[in-house]
Amino acid sequence: MEKSTFRVKVGLAEMLKGGVIMDVVNAEQARIAEDAGATAVMALERVPAQIRKDGGVARASDPEMIQAIQKTVNIPVMAKCRIGHFMEARILEALEVDFIDESEVLTPADEEFHIDKHGFKTPFVCGCTDLGEALRRIGEGAAMLRTKGEAGTGNIVEGVRHLRTLRTQIRRLSVLGHEELMTEAKKLGAPYALVEEVAKAGKLPVPNFAAGGIATPADAALCMALGAEAVFVGSGIFLSDDPARRARAIVEAATYWEDPKRLAEVSKGLGAAMAGIEMGTLNESDRLAKRGW
Amino acid sequence: MGKTIGVLALQGGFEAHAKILRGLGHAVREVRAAADLTDGGGLDGLVFPGGESSTMLKLIGFSGLWEPLDAFVRGGHPVLATCAGMILAATGVSGPEQASFGWLDVDVTRNGWGRQVHSFEAVSDDGAVRLVFIRAPRLTRIGAGVTVLHRFEGEPITVRQGNVVAASFHPELADEPALHAIAFGG
Repeated sequence: MEKSTFRVKVGLAEMLKGGVIMDVVNAEQARIAEDAGATAVMALERVPAQIRKDGGVARASDPEMIQAIQKTVNIPVMAKCRIGHFMEARILEALEVDFIDESEVLTPADEEFHIDKHGFKTPFVCGCTDLGEALRRIGEGAAMLRTKGEAGTGNIVEGVRHLRTLRTQIRRLSVLGHEELMTEAKKLGAPYALVEEVAKAGKLPVPNFAAGGIATPADAALCMALGAEAVFVGSGIFLSDDPARRARAIVEAATYWEDPKRLAEVSKGLGAAMAGIEMGTLNESDRLAKRGW
Repeated sequence: MGKTIGVLALQGGFEAHAKILRGLGHAVREVRAAADLTDGGGLDGLVFPGGESSTMLKLIGFSGLWEPLDAFVRGGHPVLATCAGMILAATGVSGPEQASFGWLDVDVTRNGWGRQVHSFEAVSDDGAVRLVFIRAPRLTRIGAGVTVLHRFEGEPITVRQGNVVAASFHPELADEPALHAIAFGG
């Protein structure tokens, strides 16, 4: 028996495809998420929009809260650690969370190095804004990626940008000649072996989900149509008027994203979505997607 | 002669199953609605993939799929159910209790092999099948009419009852067509 192989780590990501991973801040929200059909929950003390509002340093969550959520639900429980904070990650591993998100939503602990994720039994998911960043994280051992979008804004524009960038760059690789790949690897700042692999397969070697700014069923469906294999919804559910209904509607949207009639049906009467933030009003220093490299 | 096999594509590892089925020469149809079971000609079999069984149950309910799926399987068509799929097919589910179709006279415990850090790769006791276990269900009771096909450390992990073959692990992630061939031929 061989535990925690890369295949087993990526395997859990495979099993989450077509689903919705929801941010929850307590056991009660976790129960609502599971009842609505979430494939997993992300346990954290404050959703990104609240972190944005409160300011200050955002850190990994209280283990007691994470354990309360683990006791409440049977779907996988994920938790976030700060970029580069391998000690927070070890604590999350000791708690046996099912996935660790090395996340730009928390305040980075290391501005130069991300965590060496190969050294963990727990699989990691990391954010990316383009192909180079995606492949650097996979090189470090990430078993799943998510485009960053701009968390806590309820605005899908950055998520769309990142998904489109990724898709265009992958398509570009797949038409380049083999002799062009090393130069491309240099430009992307990505490991050559992974660049070769993507060029050959025409897709990333691990699943890529979308995150950041998803607030409606239509947002979730848009991300799926742009190549995301599942979606993370952070502030979008529990900061809306009717979290249970919106959660269920987004779950249906992630499965039936190719069926506009069904999307119209599930989008009816959901009440107000979270209040959003227009990107032009955000200071550069408040852009979470710029954290990490 | 290739068959047309449906793969329940509500959520989870349906793509990996589709790839293996195509490799065996079968055509594949993703099933998300009742019409997918019949439109464009009937299906010769159906795969219930891994994923989150609670999510699949919700979507089966939201989409009115319970009756059509139940009728299809009870109609005797070949079925392969893996991991979450086996949970749906079982008679009794614990950890916690949840609804299931009861096509297989077995009981299972969800996540009976532990959380993700305990997920593992191995080989079946007879050396015939490579095993990828991910937060896998554990078979806790095997009914009289159920045949055990493979075991791991003495415990049953693959079972058959009539037209239904079920595995607690993920043959689709090991790139091994053996169980698909048992269920559907090819």
